[in-house]
Order: sequence, then C-alpha cells, then structure tokens
Amino acid sequence: MTKLLVEGVSRRFPGRKGAGPTRALEPMTIGVAQNDFITVLGPSGCGKSTLLRIVAGLDRPTTGRVLLDGHEVKGPGADRGMVFQSYTLFPWLTVAENIAFGLAERGMPEAERAAIVADFVSKVGLKGFEHHWPKQLSGGMQQRTAIARALANDPEILLLDEPFGALDTQTRGLMQEMLLGIWEREKKTVMFVTHDIEEAIFLASRVVVMTARPGRIKADITVDLPHPRDYHLKTTPAFSELKARLTEEIRAEAVLAATEH
Amino acid sequence: MKPLEPVGSTAKIVLGILFFVLLFAAWSWATFGGYVSKTFLADPLTMLRDGWELFVLYGFLHDIGMTVWRVFGGFVLAAIVAVPLGIAMGAYKPIEAFFEPFVSFARYLPASAFIPLLILWAGTGEVQKLMVIFIGSVFQIILMVALSIGGTRRDLVEAAYTLGARDRGIVARVMLPANAPEIAEILRLVLGWAWTYVIVAELIGASSGIGHMIVDSQSLLATGQIIFGIIVIGVIGLVSDFLFKAVNRVLFPWKFA
Repeated sequence: MTKLLVEGVSRRFPGRKGAGPTRALEPMTIGVAQNDFITVLGPSGCGKSTLLRIVAGLDRPTTGRVLLDGHEVKGPGADRGMVFQSYTLFPWLTVAENIAFGLAERGMPEAERAAIVADFVSKVGLKGFEHHWPKQLSGGMQQRTAIARALANDPEILLLDEPFGALDTQTRGLMQEMLLGIWEREKKTVMFVTHDIEEAIFLASRVVVMTARPGRIKADITVDLPHPRDYHLKTTPAFSELKARLTEEIRAEAVLAATEH
Repeated sequence: MKPLEPVGSTAKIVLGILFFVLLFAAWSWATFGGYVSKTFLADPLTMLRDGWELFVLYGFLHDIGMTVWRVFGGFVLAAIVAVPLGIAMGAYKPIEAFFEPFVSFARYLPASAFIPLLILWAGTGEVQKLMVIFIGSVFQIILMVALSIGGTRRDLVEAAYTLGARDRGIVARVMLPANAPEIAEILRLVLGWAWTYVIVAELIGASSGIGHMIVDSQSLLATGQIIFGIIVIGVIGLVSDFLFKAVNRVLFPWKFA
C-alpha cells in the first residue's frame, strides 16, 4: 500500500537579476510503501534535500503535489517527523524536554509525556542524559535525541536529511545500526536522504538514485538483503556487488556535478 | 604577551584593581602636589569628607533613592511597552514594516532635547523625569529586540513546525526562549544608557536626585561633592550590572552550562 506519493513534483528557484531560474528538481514521481525504508542517494546539490523539504512541507513544489495517505501536503505538520543535518535541538530545553516538545505542543498531559519520553530515551540509548542541555552532548548524542524527538511524536513517516553527515565514520556506523534497529522493531515508513552509498544500501530496502542538477530519478533499486542487519553486512559479497553498481551510477553524476560547478 | 592567551584569575583581579590604584595615585599627585587648583579639582580626601557630609548633613541617601527610582521606573515602563512590540515586529513582518521606519527615526531623537518640551507638558515633577528615561530607552529596546527575534535560527523554527507547532507556538515556545538571554542582555545595555539620561533630566528643573546635587555643588564650587556623586553613579551602575548578570545566570542555565 502506498503511504507517500510524490506526484510530478518539480521545483524551480527564481533567478536573481536577469539570470534564468534554477531548476532544482525535474518533475518526478515516487511512491513509498507503508513501512518501507527508502534512501534517496545523489551527489551534493542534486536537489535531494529540496525533495525532502517539499515532502516535509517546508518548501512548496513548483508543479505536482505530495500525498500522504491520500491527503495533499499543504505545509509542515506533526504527521511528518523530520531530522535535519544541522543540530536542531532546542538549546534551552533538556534532552527529555526536547523529546517531549511535540507532545507538549499537542497538549498531552505531563504524566503521559513522561512515559513516552522515558521509552524513547532508552530506545536511543540516552539513559542518564535526560537532564543534560544539548550543548553538553556530543554530535552523535544530539542526533540521537533529534531522532527520538521526531519519533516520540509518532509520525506517519520519518524524514531524515543526511542526519549523520556531520559525524565521524565510527559514530555514523553505530547510528545507522541504531536507526535500523528501531525501524526493524517498530516498522515505520522512512525516507532517508544521503550522499553516502554505503549508508544508502545498508539502511534501505530501496534506493532511489538521483542525477546531478537538475535532479531527476536515475535508478530505483531494490535492496534485497536480509534483516536484521548489522555491520557484518557491509563486508558481504552481495553488499559489495550493490555498492559497485551504485558507485557506477552515482560516479557519472558526481563527475557531472563537479565539472558544472 | 601572546594574543588571546587567557589571563589567570588572580592576575585578572590584581590588574583590574591596579588601574583604580594608579588613577587615585595620579589624582593624589596632581592635587596634593599642588599642580591643580583646589577650586577646580578637590583632592581624594576632601572628596571622601564631602561625600560623608553629603550623607550625614544633606540627606544624599534620599537623592540616590530618587534617582534610582526614576531610572528603574522609566526603564521598566519602556521595557513593558518595547519588549512585546519588539517581539511582534521581529516575528511578524507586516507589523515590522508598519513600525520600523518610525522607530528607526525616533531612535535618533535625543532624549535630552525633549526635556524642555516635557517640562512644558508635564512640569518638573516625576512624570517628566520618567518620560525622559522612557523616550531615551523605548525605541532602542524595540529595535534591538526586533532584530534579535527576527534573527532566530531558521532551522529551529522549521524543526518546531515539523513537530507540530503552530504559528503562535513558534513565537511563544521557540522565538521567545531562544532569544530570552539576548533580550536580557539588551535590557542590561539600555539600562546603562538610561543612567546617563536620568542625570541629564535631573540637571534641569529638578529638586532632588544625584544630578540635582551635582548642579547645586557646581554653584558652590564643591568639586569634591561632584566627583563623589559621579563615583556613586558608577558604583550603582556596576552593582546593577552585576545583579543583572547574576539573574541571567539563574534564569538561563542552558546558556552557561
């Protein structure tokens, strides 16, 4: 069953001072099935973040529309949780208060909130840090809190915009396993944007590859690797084969993007 | 000395005090040494004796009380008007477009130039003094608060939207707390300026206050009293600054963690 439908969505940014408009996204159609984990893979500047922002309702498509459960997306809302690449925890709230933010906005009573918060604090492994300020946390811990904050709201779909992009390789690997673990247990619909090929394969049941600007869908590849997955998967032949294939796909685009800019 | 190399805490205090010691030494040298006429500059001891007399004989405590009340009264009134308006302007662009040109213009009107007009309107009573402080502070606070609120990190606002916050929640639970420490800092800064306005207001048409005492002392050539008055103002400013900072530390622990 299709949970999210991106239907003929394109985006142009108006040009400045005589320059023509920038075509960020060419019209594209993507369907995301319920409880599917799809990654959108593309070189930097290919419009993949624009696509995600349009799904989140933070940006408007120039043409086309986004449907979630058959309802058109008109703006941002709690049904589409988002984790950003930049650290967006509210610095004046503690870890627990950050996680409870969406629940509090909804008017949920304190006691109910506390139970949900405690649950997610342990899911992302932040027990003992509930009363820390974001500034006292490492980058990885901040992003774990951000994931917990988005999930605590129980969104229909979770959107992640290169959430581990600023983390070191080791931390990133651990975060991928944590996120995948949560998805394997809870079954959520997830759309994850990245430029990291290994990350795209490891997490996804489907990888959508985008071209360099203007962004179009270049390939839509099913990742048929078994669950539950852990870091061992990254060294299996099946994984390497997929990685080789995607590397070819994305390399041509990266070269194109690099010569253009 | 290396650029940006931190200074030890003891050395920092010693250096800070050293300046005052040198200042007093230079002052003593000039006055006790007879290099400056006593008529124009009293020596430190005369200044202290004059200060003592001010408290004991002339009820200077009452003057200080009046000045402090005027500053805080006018300042609080200005803050009550300016902070909400500044927040509204920072958050909602049509409101900003409506008020901003006028406030930017009014900001450059010197509060002291209003004193003659305010005396005509409100007499020489307390209302006039409060209005001087009010006019001097309100426009500054409005603009600075609006700027601070308008500069709220966009990604925090967007994150709040994706968590289900509505427009009013964005203002009340993102923009306001995100900028509260900066607003407190703005108030601390403008309070400092308010102190300069109050003295000007008291120099003209006042019957009490530190500024009034200074004008009175001028006609008596009591330079010791004038200097003492100026020092008292400095000390009060320093104390209120310190209190403001201490309160901020308690109110915004996340900023100082």
